[in-house]
Amino acid sequence: MTLLRLTGFGVTLGKRDILRGIDLKVREGELVGIIGPNGAGKTSLMRAALGLTQRIGQSSVAALSPRARGRAVAWMPQSREIAWPVTVEPLVMLGRTPHLGAGQRPSAADLAAVDRAMQRMDLDAFRGRTATRLSGGEQARVLIARALAQETPLMMADEPIAGLDPAHQLATMQSFADLAQEGHSVIVSLHDLGLAARHCTRLIVLDQGGVAADGPPLEVLTADLVRRVFGIRAYLEMTPDGLVFQPLEVVA
Amino acid sequence: MTRLFILLAGLVAALFVASLVVGPAQIGVAQSLRALVAGGEGPVTLVMREIRLPRAVLALLIGGSLGLAGAAMQGYLRNPLADPGLIGVSGSAALGAVLAIQTGFAAGFAFGLPLAALAGALAGVLLVLVLAGPGGSSLTLILAGIAISALAAACTALVLNLSPNPFAANEIVFWMMGSLADRSMVHVWIALPLIVLGALMLATLARGLDALTLGEDAAEAMGIGLRRMRLTLIFGTAAVVGASTAVAGAIGFVGLVVPHLLRPFVGAQPGRLLWASALGGAAMLLAADIAVRMILPDRDLKLGVVTALIGAPLFLHLIYRTRREGL
Repeated sequence: MTLLRLTGFGVTLGKRDILRGIDLKVREGELVGIIGPNGAGKTSLMRAALGLTQRIGQSSVAALSPRARGRAVAWMPQSREIAWPVTVEPLVMLGRTPHLGAGQRPSAADLAAVDRAMQRMDLDAFRGRTATRLSGGEQARVLIARALAQETPLMMADEPIAGLDPAHQLATMQSFADLAQEGHSVIVSLHDLGLAARHCTRLIVLDQGGVAADGPPLEVLTADLVRRVFGIRAYLEMTPDGLVFQPLEVVA
Repeated sequence: MTRLFILLAGLVAALFVASLVVGPAQIGVAQSLRALVAGGEGPVTLVMREIRLPRAVLALLIGGSLGLAGAAMQGYLRNPLADPGLIGVSGSAALGAVLAIQTGFAAGFAFGLPLAALAGALAGVLLVLVLAGPGGSSLTLILAGIAISALAAACTALVLNLSPNPFAANEIVFWMMGSLADRSMVHVWIALPLIVLGALMLATLARGLDALTLGEDAAEAMGIGLRRMRLTLIFGTAAVVGASTAVAGAIGFVGLVVPHLLRPFVGAQPGRLLWASALGGAAMLLAADIAVRMILPDRDLKLGVVTALIGAPLFLHLIYRTRREGL
């Protein structure tokens, strides 16, 4: 089943074309990493695909009604906003918003979804803590849990692992991989190409206003592409421990 | 949560009864309540039904309105320093009233003053909508509100400045201080429908305000219609604040302080803060209106002066606490 389909898709900001001519499909069971240099349009692509900004072309998700979209896609923006000193559990419960009717109280199913999300993000000890007093990385995990609690077929997250410690970066990527195994799909933008190579089933490289490459990590992260798009030289090897990608130096 | 509700509702009920039995006419508690409920001929029933009841009902309605609108505004703008007057409605309502007093419309026509104030509020909210647009960011809404407030304040000052009639000027100054003295049941009937309508609109915002805790992008992606929320907020606030200002004048600080004060007791959740703040605002205004009658009974102390006197130090304390806790 296709969870996201973009056809002839593009993003314009004012008169400037940020992205154009993008056609892609995301099926279930995929962990898609969107990579590219700063300003390549990773955030713009995801926000426009969701229908949050000006766009050209078709997006299957943006065409949904707001409520149906809330049940189809969970979105975790890059800015980690927690406006009020709310405790962690009700904050994660906000992820159930699209599933609740007007004035409806959370059901046992909603509470169970919140529990599952908090367990996945290793947050049981934080349940009663005030979210705004947590560290930046802990807040990020709370916000990922919020998106997980939405329990949608597709999840999109903008740099979800930036600022996490190595253990939680790995654990978060692993829980995204688990979600993909369970038949959901996850689209994440990230800058850590090592983690992207290791965990994603598919990488989409954005550069020069379009898709520069799209495919499994081993096929995408060629020496040529890495030099052309990121301006670096890197080590890439399939090892017994899985795919290892390590940037080595900047090339002119 | 239910404990807080019972506590606040009990406080409001107690203050409402207290407001009914306090006044310059020395009537016993039992006698006054009996006269209010049972009716009958005589001055006590008249005092209770025509003077004290409208005053207590208006304090309840207006306090609740200001508390509710303040909580909604702070939740929408995600700023604890936002105030229901921010979108310029109270300023433009005051301008309407001032023009009515100055031109003699208020004196010549029985309820000219509140109706002119409502017209001013309506003009103000339409101007804000034109300036800020139905979509757009919260910043444009704040800027439009400030522009309209400043314009209304300037026009009010101009009217005072050019007023050839010192009595009218005096009346304007006193009216702008805000008061519930000498209001009748007709004032209640003018304000009640708008306040009920506006409060119902604002009450629908609870879930959206909760979702906005995560920012506009996340809320929108969860199916919250921001454009509709913004219109509901503007019209709901305009209805409750416009109606309140029209019958009672400008009463400050209730909408600013009460949500801030109650926020820790609802776990900082903006949706729950709506009803808590409505009850808290009603309690604060009822208490302030009782204080007005108790402290200087012969000097016509103005309600808006008392709320500002209570509100400003409380607010300073809250700023201090916010700085200390980084809340």
